[in-house]
Amino acid sequence: MKSCLIVDDSKVIRMVARRILEGLQFEIMEAADGKIALETCLKTMPDAILLDWNMPVMNGIDFLRALRGLDGGAAPRVVFCTTENDLAHIQEAISAGANEYIMKPFDSDIIEAKFSQIGLI
Amino acid sequence: MKPEDFAYFCKLILDRSGLVLGPDKSYLIESRLTPVARRHNLGGLDALATALRQNKDAKLLRDFTDALMTNESFFFRDTKPFDQFREVVLPRLLTTRATSKRVRIWSAACSTGQEAYSLAMILKEQGAKLAGWTFEIVGTDISHEVLAKAQAGVYTQFEVQRGLPIQFLVKYFKQDGDKWQLAQEIRNMVQFREFNLLGELTGLGTFDVVFCRNVLIYFDQKTKGAILERIAKGLAPDGFLYLGGAETVLGVTEKFEPLSGHRGIYALTNSQSAAQPPAFARAVGA
Ligand SMILES: C[S@@+](CC[C@H](N)C(=O)[O-])C[C@H]1O[C@@H](n2cnc3c(N)ncnc32)[C@H](O)[C@@H]1O
Repeated sequence: MKSCLIVDDSKVIRMVARRILEGLQFEIMEAADGKIALETCLKTMPDAILLDWNMPVMNGIDFLRALRGLDGGAAPRVVFCTTENDLAHIQEAISAGANEYIMKPFDSDIIEAKFSQIGLI
Repeated sequence: MKPEDFAYFCKLILDRSGLVLGPDKSYLIESRLTPVARRHNLGGLDALATALRQNKDAKLLRDFTDALMTNESFFFRDTKPFDQFREVVLPRLLTTRATSKRVRIWSAACSTGQEAYSLAMILKEQGAKLAGWTFEIVGTDISHEVLAKAQAGVYTQFEVQRGLPIQFLVKYFKQDGDKWQLAQEIRNMVQFREFNLLGELTGLGTFDVVFCRNVLIYFDQKTKGAILERIAKGLAPDGFLYLGGAETVLGVTEKFEPLSGHRGIYALTNSQSAAQPPAFARAVGA
């Protein structure tokens, strides 16, 4: 079973995403901001990370840059999932090492399509 | 809706498009046709049926047809067929068409254009490898509405997120408010025109690859067979046919046979492409 870390400061979004990803046979971990996510990754590196952009303490893009600098931090496939839906943000995410990008609102079809595109399912 | 009107709508759409609507589809008919009646200032479905029976208004018939079509499509739908195109079909064409350097691809029932444009993007990605080659992509559909949208190449945020890799979005689309506009260089690679699959293929020419996906499912066996036989005539002897995931030639026509080792792709029966040993397919990275 592959693991997925869901990083979002909204409990509701984490719950919705968890339900969808559990349906796709992922084992789920959750984090409410980038700092907690980073600590989680230091303990157990997940296979996939669904990542919000705007969060308190540490935002998504800073988390991603820190992650990609870690030992083994190149491995997880990172899918941004954010309301930031302009090209500038998308480009910034890609250059920081994101593998895919979802613009909110999302649904299960979009998550499934994006995850399968980058070989997670 | 009166039963005789329901029966009339079913018959009319069957004759016009091949679409089979069973008795369980009265809800679908009501929900799709009520807005058409309203748009044409007709009091309701019985007035719509009367107007259609008079058969004087071409625009009304067109709107009626458009409304009953299922137009769902997405970029790189099902992924695999497009991988196969890149890794199996395209390398073969580059060998077999090395002299003419011309390839013609048909997206039959192209809906809003995602299939044709996915192919165009794949070709664009090949870059210099295709220098000197002419690739013609033709997208056809019975529905005016979807063709207009295909031509415009403008998609919603939802549409660009189903199947389109984010790198392609960045590379080939421009953002325009909450819509995404496909680049002119990709749009220029595809021509769209109206074509009813029930008609003869005259004027379309011969194709090297035909994508006829997710449309035959709506037709009865006889119509499927007739369409496939016409496509067979319009396909180069060593060409390729793609069908959708829920479609097959088995039990429908003898003109095509599955390409061994490549699900979803068909070749003309006893043709060169069908006879290619699988080893060749492996060599080109299948
Ligand atoms: C579900 S879409 C398939 C789009 C695309 N090929 C794909 O696989 O994503 C089916 C399309 O077939 C078109 N269609 C239905 N009957 C047709 C006919 N008789 N001739 C041409 N197009 C037809 C509809 O208008 C619709 O756009």
